Amino acid sequence: MRELTYNEAALEAIAEEMRRDPKIFYMSTDALPPLLKEFGGERVRATPITEAALTGMAIGAAGCGFRPIVDWRQVTFCFVAMDQIVNQAAKIHYMFGGQVSFPILYRAAVGGGGLVAAQHSQSPYSMFMNVAGLKMFLPSTPYDIKGLLKTAIRDNNPVISFESSRLMARKGPVPEEDYTIPFGKADIKREGNDVTVVALAWLVHEALAAAEELAREGISVEVVDPRTLVPLDAETIRSSVQKTGRLVIADEAGPTAGFSAEVAAVIAEDAATFARLKAPVKRVCALQVPIPYSPVLENHVFPDRKRIIDGIREVLRARRSAEAA
Amino acid sequence: MQSLSPNLPPEEQREMLRRMLTIRRFEERASADYLAGKIYGVVHCYIGEEAVAVGVCTALDHGDRIISTHRGHGHCIAKGADLNRMMAELYGRQTGYCKGKGGSMHIADFGIGMLGANGIVAGGIAIVTGAGLAAQMEGKGGVAVSFFGDGASNAGPFHECLNIAATWKLPMLYVCENNMYAAQTAAAATHALSDVAARAAGYGIPGVVVDGNDIFAVYQAANRAVDRARSGAGPTLIECKTYRWRAHTERRGQPDPRDPVEREAWMRRDPIAQLERQLRDQGDLDDAGMESMERDIIAALEAAVAFAEASPFPTPEQATEDAFAA
Repeated sequence: MRELTYNEAALEAIAEEMRRDPKIFYMSTDALPPLLKEFGGERVRATPITEAALTGMAIGAAGCGFRPIVDWRQVTFCFVAMDQIVNQAAKIHYMFGGQVSFPILYRAAVGGGGLVAAQHSQSPYSMFMNVAGLKMFLPSTPYDIKGLLKTAIRDNNPVISFESSRLMARKGPVPEEDYTIPFGKADIKREGNDVTVVALAWLVHEALAAAEELAREGISVEVVDPRTLVPLDAETIRSSVQKTGRLVIADEAGPTAGFSAEVAAVIAEDAATFARLKAPVKRVCALQVPIPYSPVLENHVFPDRKRIIDGIREVLRARRSAEAA
Repeated sequence: MQSLSPNLPPEEQREMLRRMLTIRRFEERASADYLAGKIYGVVHCYIGEEAVAVGVCTALDHGDRIISTHRGHGHCIAKGADLNRMMAELYGRQTGYCKGKGGSMHIADFGIGMLGANGIVAGGIAIVTGAGLAAQMEGKGGVAVSFFGDGASNAGPFHECLNIAATWKLPMLYVCENNMYAAQTAAAATHALSDVAARAAGYGIPGVVVDGNDIFAVYQAANRAVDRARSGAGPTLIECKTYRWRAHTERRGQPDPRDPVEREAWMRRDPIAQLERQLRDQGDLDDAGMESMERDIIAALEAAVAFAEASPFPTPEQATEDAFAA
């Protein structure tokens, strides 16, 4: 199968959908050259740097029958549009009694690794997970981003595509034929029996590397990639943990009220899964600080395969107190 | 002094009066029912400003789109919303425009191009600018109208959207209802310029100040702006100087810091009484016509209240319906 980068796969998804449906148009503070070349300035709009206006305009255009895509580029730029995201886009369908649908795709790059310091290295998806009325995903591979973007563009709701900055140039197999990936369906990226690692985006690859290393010691690690954050595939995560009895959650965001906290809760509140837990849940997350600039500091703040391995060893050592007694 | 009658047939001028009076009677009823505990949450009344919504909407076609504010009943009625479904929404019933999920601040009827009241000051400006972009892309000559207040004219989306609409020549009307107060705070204390319309110059578009209590002045300004928008020349900012008669929200015992002398002066310039007088002077309205108009409006409102009261509340389980579109 041919290989594309994560970024190429994303652009291919958008271009294919724009060819299929003339109601789709694209707004971003800089027009993406390949899209502009193919579709022209009417459908691929370079805009003023007014994310609040763009985010809201997409809602109005969607309510009038269009299917806008707004590229915030980096997630940090969408914070000036929070009223439009939280008060308007997320609520408007429900608040108006479902009379109209609002098919909108918002795109945002997240994560660190670029040594661009606090304002350009953020992973705030759990802030948005907390807002009822938004769907969102964070893919880890070129294959996944293409299939999920196509699903997002065809969905009749506001959807946020969080895209990993670290993975933009990473290559992977992408079939030529049309395909979509349903929301709310996790992907087991590696099967294993001793411990489940639920990881997102770049950390899926770190978790796979960790699993490979531990396999040499006879430790069998299952890596689950939720892919969609809302709706979250709790069922797949629970059944994996029911099988292994141990859970490590790896996230490039900080732990507080984060995606990792949600996954821990999904496990803890389910009696059948809780009963099979052999050890406390371990979270391997960024430190709860703004992301610093210097490589020494940035590397220290973000989790990596080594910390995932440490986390796995910790849950393998740990025992429930009743069993330990 | 009311502007001269525009070139509109008498029946259309009477319809303007009927719509303004409907807004007023609807809100008098909504306020009474709110204070009686039959309507919940919060109700913001538009009474005193009726000429703005009706004057502008009279210049629009059915397919044109508008967006409103937290003070939205007037815009709904001016665009032709159904009184039964409006009242049922205020009553929190299943049959309301939003199935009881929105209430006074969120009534919308996309079928008539009413893209919703909005509980956030300046929250609707970008949304309706997107409707203007949609109209431009549709290429059928449609226009979109943003209603907002003097308070919203200080918020970022106002400036962002005027700039983008001017740059892209979007078929937009930005209609500022300057009622001189953002909630309780005087506009004079929050605006460096006395006219919001003067800001249009900064975006290279026409900015017009009109007497917002003079429905023909509003209509004529809106008509010119609609022509300009339909011709592809871009947006217009229209500032309508007006006044709300009631407090910011309906609430018993809420202090109103505004000067009563100022309020009474504006009430003497009642937009409805002014139009009624003019229609009588023109010979287009007599006592019998006025009485039957009042009677019909009251009957329609009684029917709307009866419809609302007879309608079921939502079931609790319906709280989770419409979370997402299919």
